[in-house]
Amino acid sequence: MNPFSSGTRLRDMIRAIRSCKTAAEERAVVRKECAAIRAAISENDQDYRHRNLAKLMFIHMLGYPTHFGQMECLKLIASSGFPEKRIGYLALMLLLDERQEVLMLVTNSLKQDLNHSNQYIIGLALCALGNICSAEMARDLAPEVERLLQFRDPNIRKKAALCSIRIIKKVPDLAENFINPAASLLREKHHGVLITAVQLCTDLCKVSSEALEYFREKCTEGLVKTLKDMANSSYSPEYDVAGITDPFLHIRLLKLLRILGQGDPDASDCMNDILAQVATKIESNKNAGNAILYECVGTIMSIEDNGGLRVLAINILGRFLSNRDNNIRYVALNMLMKAMTVDAQAVQRHRATILECVKDSDASIRKKALDLVYLLVNESNVKPLTKELIGYLEASDQEFKGVLTDKICSLVEKFSPEKIWYIDQMLKVLSEAGSFVKDEVWHALIVVISNASDLHGYSVRALYRASQTTTEQESLVRVAVWCIGEYGDILVNNVGMLDIEEPITVTESDAVDAVEVAIKRHTSDLTTKAMALIALLKLSSRFPSCSARIKDIILQNKQSFVLELQQRSIEFNCILQKHQNVRAALVERMPVLDEATFSGRRAGSLPTSVSTSTGTAHNIPNGIAKPAAAPVADLLDLSSDDAPAPSSSGGDFLQDLLGVDLSTASAPPSASQPPKGGTDVLLDLLSIGTSPPAQSSSSASDILSSIQDNTASLANLNGLTSLSPLSANGNSPASPAPVMDLLDGFGPSPQKNEENGPAYPSLVAYESSSLRMSFNFSKQPGNPQTTLIQATFTNLSPNVYNDFLFQAAVPKFLQLHLDPASSNTLPANGSISQSMKVTNSQHGKKSLVMRIRIAYKMNGKEVLEEGQVNNFPRDL
Amino acid sequence: MIRFILLQNRQGKTRLAKYYVPLEDSEKHKVEYEVHRLVVNRDPKFTNFVEFRTHKVIYRRYAGLFFSLCVDITDNELAYLESIHLFVEILDHFFSNVCELDLVFNFHKVYLILDEFILAGELQETSKKAIIERMGELEKLD
Repeated sequence: MNPFSSGTRLRDMIRAIRSCKTAAEERAVVRKECAAIRAAISENDQDYRHRNLAKLMFIHMLGYPTHFGQMECLKLIASSGFPEKRIGYLALMLLLDERQEVLMLVTNSLKQDLNHSNQYIIGLALCALGNICSAEMARDLAPEVERLLQFRDPNIRKKAALCSIRIIKKVPDLAENFINPAASLLREKHHGVLITAVQLCTDLCKVSSEALEYFREKCTEGLVKTLKDMANSSYSPEYDVAGITDPFLHIRLLKLLRILGQGDPDASDCMNDILAQVATKIESNKNAGNAILYECVGTIMSIEDNGGLRVLAINILGRFLSNRDNNIRYVALNMLMKAMTVDAQAVQRHRATILECVKDSDASIRKKALDLVYLLVNESNVKPLTKELIGYLEASDQEFKGVLTDKICSLVEKFSPEKIWYIDQMLKVLSEAGSFVKDEVWHALIVVISNASDLHGYSVRALYRASQTTTEQESLVRVAVWCIGEYGDILVNNVGMLDIEEPITVTESDAVDAVEVAIKRHTSDLTTKAMALIALLKLSSRFPSCSARIKDIILQNKQSFVLELQQRSIEFNCILQKHQNVRAALVERMPVLDEATFSGRRAGSLPTSVSTSTGTAHNIPNGIAKPAAAPVADLLDLSSDDAPAPSSSGGDFLQDLLGVDLSTASAPPSASQPPKGGTDVLLDLLSIGTSPPAQSSSSASDILSSIQDNTASLANLNGLTSLSPLSANGNSPASPAPVMDLLDGFGPSPQKNEENGPAYPSLVAYESSSLRMSFNFSKQPGNPQTTLIQATFTNLSPNVYNDFLFQAAVPKFLQLHLDPASSNTLPANGSISQSMKVTNSQHGKKSLVMRIRIAYKMNGKEVLEEGQVNNFPRDL
Repeated sequence: MIRFILLQNRQGKTRLAKYYVPLEDSEKHKVEYEVHRLVVNRDPKFTNFVEFRTHKVIYRRYAGLFFSLCVDITDNELAYLESIHLFVEILDHFFSNVCELDLVFNFHKVYLILDEFILAGELQETSKKAIIERMGELEKLD
C-alpha cells in the first residue's frame, strides 16, 4: 500500500493546513493530500474511505475543487454501516447539488435507506433528500416520504414533514397527496412535529388552492386552539425563550393563520380573540417578544378588517418606531409601508417620527424611511415634507444623496401645487445636488419654465442669481445657461417682476459674462459648453451691442478638439459674419413644447424625444430608415427638414447593388463622422451636394470634407431651430458617377406635364457654345409648392453627343425629382428632353436655384459643362 | 425559507457554509465574498438586517465569527435572529464553551447539528434539549 495513502488523520491534516504561513504552502499541502486521496480512490481502498471523504469535505470548504470525490460518496452511502453512511450523506450534501446528474445514481440507495429498519438511517436519508433532491428524485420517492409521515418516531415524522415541503416545491402536482397527512399532523402535541407540520401546511397552501380551502375549513379552529393553549401554558423549561414558550411556534402559527384568514371573513373572525390576546399580553422588552408582536401585526394587517385590531396593530408599530433598538425600528418601518395600503390616516399620524428616521445614521433605516415618506406625501403635506427633505439633502452623504434627489424630484413633479413653487424647489435641489439630478428631470424643468410665460422673468432672474453663487452643479449651470440665452432680454430689462422678488440689475455684458464663465470653466462638460455656445448665439441677436464680443468668444472654440464644439463654433461664426439677416429669425423664442404631450412621451419613451425641446439637440438621427430597396428616386431627394436621409447602410447597399466604382472622389464615410455620414456618402455618390457658403475652393477633397462638415452642421442647425437652415448655394463637382444611367432603368414613370395652373414663361437656363438647356414650367393645380419642369437640351454643334448625362443639385429647402431623359444621345442640332419636379418648401419666400452639370462624349472625348441657374421666376 | 447559512470569521474565512438552493462553486465563492464584505464593516449600532441581491441577510456577530442567514424578503427578521441565537446556544452546550477552533476541527459534527436543527431551509426543532439528546444518540452509534 502506498505509504502516503490516508496516512494522516483528519485532525492532523487540519493542523498541518492551519500551520501553513503562506497560501503557497497551503496549496502544496492540499495538493499532496488530494493526490493521496485520489490514489486511494483509484485503488478502491475500503478502510479509510470515510476518513478520506471527511478530509475532502474540509478541502472543499477551503475552496479547492473536489469533483473526483463524488463517486466516493455514492460508494460510502451504499455501504452498510451507520458511520460510513453518515459521512457519505454528509459529503453528498456538501459536494453535490440537485443539478448534477450523478445525483440520480443515489436514488436507489435512498429508497432502500428510507425503508431501513434502523430509524437513524431513515433519518439520514430524509435529511439528504430534503436538502438536495431534484424533481425526478422527488417524484420517485414521494410515496415513501408520505408513508413516513405517519411513522412511529416523532423525529422521523418531523423530518418527513420538512422533506415533503421540498417535494411539493419541486413537484407541485404531488401536493394533493400530502394534504390529509399534513392535517392529521396538526393535531400532534410534540412541538417539533407541530412546527414542521405548520410549515408544511403553509407551503401547501401556497402551492395549491385546494389545500388552502381544505385547511381553511377544517383546521382553522384547531390551530387557534393550539395557539391559545400555548399562549396560556405555564412555564416549560424546554421551550422557553425569554419567558415565552416556544416563540418560534407562535410565529409559525401566526403566519399560517395569516394565510388562512386572508380574504376570508369567517376565518378572520375566528382568530380575532387570540390575536388580540397575543397583541396585548406579550411583553416586548426582549427580541423574542418583539418578533411575535411583529408577526402578529403582520397577520392583523392582512386578514379581513376588524377596526379595533387594526388600531391595536398601528399602536404597536408606533411603539416600535420610538424604540431605541434599530432592528425594531427597521421592522416597524417595513410594516408601516404595508399598513399604508390598509389605513393611510393612521400612518400619517406618525409622520414626524418617520421624518426623523430619514436622518438616522443607519443606512438601511434611512432608505426604508425615505420610501415610506414618499408614500406618505399627498397634496396637503407636500410643502412641509419637501422642505424637510431638501433641508436634509445638504447633510446627507454621497450615496444617499442620489436616492434622495430622485425621490424629491419625483415628489415635486407629482404634487406641486403651483409652478412657481415647483421652480423654486427644483432650483434648490439643483443648487444642492445638481450632479445627481437625472437628465429627464432638468429637461422637464425647462419645459415647465418655457410653458409658464408669466414666470419667465422670475425664473431667469433666480437662475442668474443661483448661477452666480453655485458654480459646481452641472445641471444648474445648464438650465441657467439655457434660460439666460432664451430670456436674456427679459433678464436685462427686468421684465415681469413679481412682488416677492428683490430688484436686481443685470447688464447685457453681465449676462454674457455668466455664459462665458460656463464655457471657460474647464470642469464644464460637452453638453454644457455646447448649450453655452447656442445661448451666446441667441444673446448676440438679443443684445446687438455685445455681438462683437460674443463673436470672439465663439471663435475661441473654432479649433477645439471636440467635434461638436468646433462645428458649432464655425457655424455660428458664419451666421454672425455673413447671415445677419437670418440670424434674428433663427434664434427667435423657442416654440413652447406642450407639457401634456411631453409628459406623455416621456412616460412612454426614452429621453431622446426630449432633445427637440431643449437647445442641446445632439441631433440623433434615428430617422426613418428607408428600406434599401426603396425607389432610387429617394436618393435624389435632398430633403432635410424631415427625417434625415437613409442611413449609411442604405448607401452601401446602393454601392453593392450598382456595383459601381464610386471611389474616386467620394470619400468613404469615416468612423468619426457624425451619423449623418450616410447622407454624405450618398450625396457624394450622386455628385449632388451642397457646399458651405464660405468656401469656394475647387479641389475635390476639400469640398468633400466641407460637404460632410456642412451637411452635418446644417443638419445640426436643423435640430436646433425649427426654421430651415441657410440656403446653401453651390455644388460640388464630384466624380462622374454613371449612376444616372442605371437610374434611367429604375426611373419612375415620367412626369405628366399638366398644363393646369398658372403658366410661367419658359427660360433658357443654361447656354454655351455647344449646348442649350431650356426649362418649361408648369404647376399642378392645388399644389403651388411643386413645379414641373420640362428641360430641353439642344445640341448646338454638328457633332453627336453620346452618353449624355444631366445632373442637378438644389439647396436643402428644395426637393428635386429627376425623371429619365428621353434619350442618352443628342443628335447633331437635335434635342432631347428630361422632366423634373421641384418642390419648394420655402415657396413664396425663396425662389428656386439650381446648379447643373452636364456630361457627354463628343468624338470620343469627354466633355463636362457646369453652371448655375439663378434666373428662375420668383414665384415658383 | 432559508437560502443559505454562513459562518465566517472576520478575515473572511468560511467556517461553515450550508446552501439550501443550488449554486455553482464559483457562485458560492462569490456569494461568500459579498456577504462577508457586507457584514464585516457594519457598525454594531446598525440593524442586523441587510438587503442582499433580491433577498435579505440576517447576521449577528459572536466573538470573532459572523453568523449569516440569507432569507426571503417576506420573512420575519426578528424570528431568524432568534434562531441564530438558539443555534449558537446549542453549539455552546454541545462543545462546552465553544470557540472557533472547535468549529474548525469538528466541522463535520457542526454540520450534523445543523442538520438536526434546520432541514430544507426550515426550522426542524425548537428545543435545545431535544437536539442535544439526539446528537448524543447519534454519537453512540459512531
